Amino acid sequence: MSEKKFSKKHEWVSLDGDTATVGITKHATEMLGDIVFVEVPEPGKSVEKDSQAAVVESTKAASDVYSPISGEILEGNKSIVDDPGNVNSDPEGASWFFKIKVKDKSEFDTLMNKADYDKFCAENPS
Amino acid sequence: MEKTALYNFHKNLGAKFVAFAGYEMPIQYKDGIVKEHISTRQTAGFFDVSHMGQLFISGSKSLEQNLEKIIPLDFKEIKINQSKYSFLINDKGGVIDDLIITRVDGGFNIILNAACKDNDTKEIAKCLDSDSKYELKKDLSLLALQGPKSETILEAIIPGVKQLKFMNGDYFKFQGKKIYVTRSGYTGEDGFEISLSNTNAENFTKLLSNKGAKPIGLGARDTLRLEAGLCLYGHELNQDISPIQANLKWAISKRRREEGGFKGWENIQNDLKNGVSKIRVGIKPSGKIIAREGTKIFSSSGDEIGVITSGTFGPSVNAPVAMGYIQSKFSEIDNKILLEVRGKKHDAVVSKLPFYKKSYVK
Repeated sequence: MSEKKFSKKHEWVSLDGDTATVGITKHATEMLGDIVFVEVPEPGKSVEKDSQAAVVESTKAASDVYSPISGEILEGNKSIVDDPGNVNSDPEGASWFFKIKVKDKSEFDTLMNKADYDKFCAENPS
Repeated sequence: MEKTALYNFHKNLGAKFVAFAGYEMPIQYKDGIVKEHISTRQTAGFFDVSHMGQLFISGSKSLEQNLEKIIPLDFKEIKINQSKYSFLINDKGGVIDDLIITRVDGGFNIILNAACKDNDTKEIAKCLDSDSKYELKKDLSLLALQGPKSETILEAIIPGVKQLKFMNGDYFKFQGKKIYVTRSGYTGEDGFEISLSNTNAENFTKLLSNKGAKPIGLGARDTLRLEAGLCLYGHELNQDISPIQANLKWAISKRRREEGGFKGWENIQNDLKNGVSKIRVGIKPSGKIIAREGTKIFSSSGDEIGVITSGTFGPSVNAPVAMGYIQSKFSEIDNKILLEVRGKKHDAVVSKLPFYKKSYVK
């Protein structure tokens, strides 16, 4: 697995060969609060970078989850659909949202590293 | 933006604030909405609701008669220190605001929604004689204490409150000052609302906290009231909805349902006699999908029959819950309906209210 990269919309991606794993960041879960509903994409669906790919809802509101990278969905994480609260407890580990077969690996390089993302969050408080 | 007397207290507890009806109010604290909700149901929680209006009215012999023009209650029925849920009604029979009115020494105290309180005061003033006095109190805070441990906690601070019955109040002393306590609330739990001076609010709230009550924000207040099947003004109620459509016929006193004599009576009489074309119902999505306000409701044959007015995840029900308005012929309990969320139709049923059973002390 590669190091994690981050998007401005608060998703993280890690790369293993041409398979990317995508989730939402701990910072995102802190902004959202208690997560009570998750919808993940079906395998085979093709997604473009920065297009809506999943849905996450807190008690307060629904939010879209975007794919930070283009490709074809391989798998959605059923465990967070069954138990959405898991996203709060382990957002950047077991509670990934979907895996994707990457079309263009250079897209990965355009994302932020951890230090840049932390700086981005500090400069853009919600 | 206005702040309540407890603003700094909330801040020190790690509250997240939102703008609500012109006030900076805590939406949640460190525990978060779900834990705050559960704490209220299992032990007790306190809520700062000082943004709400506390209107005191006193006056002439004709005061009750005048208030009956705009509030469809039988004022002769309201005993001293008794509270009633009711509304201000407009000329079309729509709801200007929903309220709790309590008869106190020399007049009435009316609790009004924050966003409506200034307009409400004007509407009420229009109905009063020149010898009536009214004041929207700015020097008072309002706290709610809700949950099964409320009685024990409050009795330890204010001896005597446990004698209060649901929807009744009285004056008590706190640190030498007069405060007014009613047994009421907005969560479906037993509890109290405490009206006291701004200067006492923080001391008092600290005692509630020391006795084990948890701070609860507006987020959990909304999930709690929705599980309890209670209306929120601006969502289930507005100027174009009649109390009959809102399924709140019970809140219009019997004599007033027969005799009328209040604003909008013609339309309300018509609703009572001929029934309403749309009505407020509880709605339970069959799966996990959450139907938010504005979600369209369809019949099983695909016709659009209504709209969701509030919807969230109910932490105590452990499932999504909603309320909305649907055509009356589809309003039977357990009727199958469809909810359109993000372009897809999802199964749901019309549900009895409340979603969560109340435990009021009668």
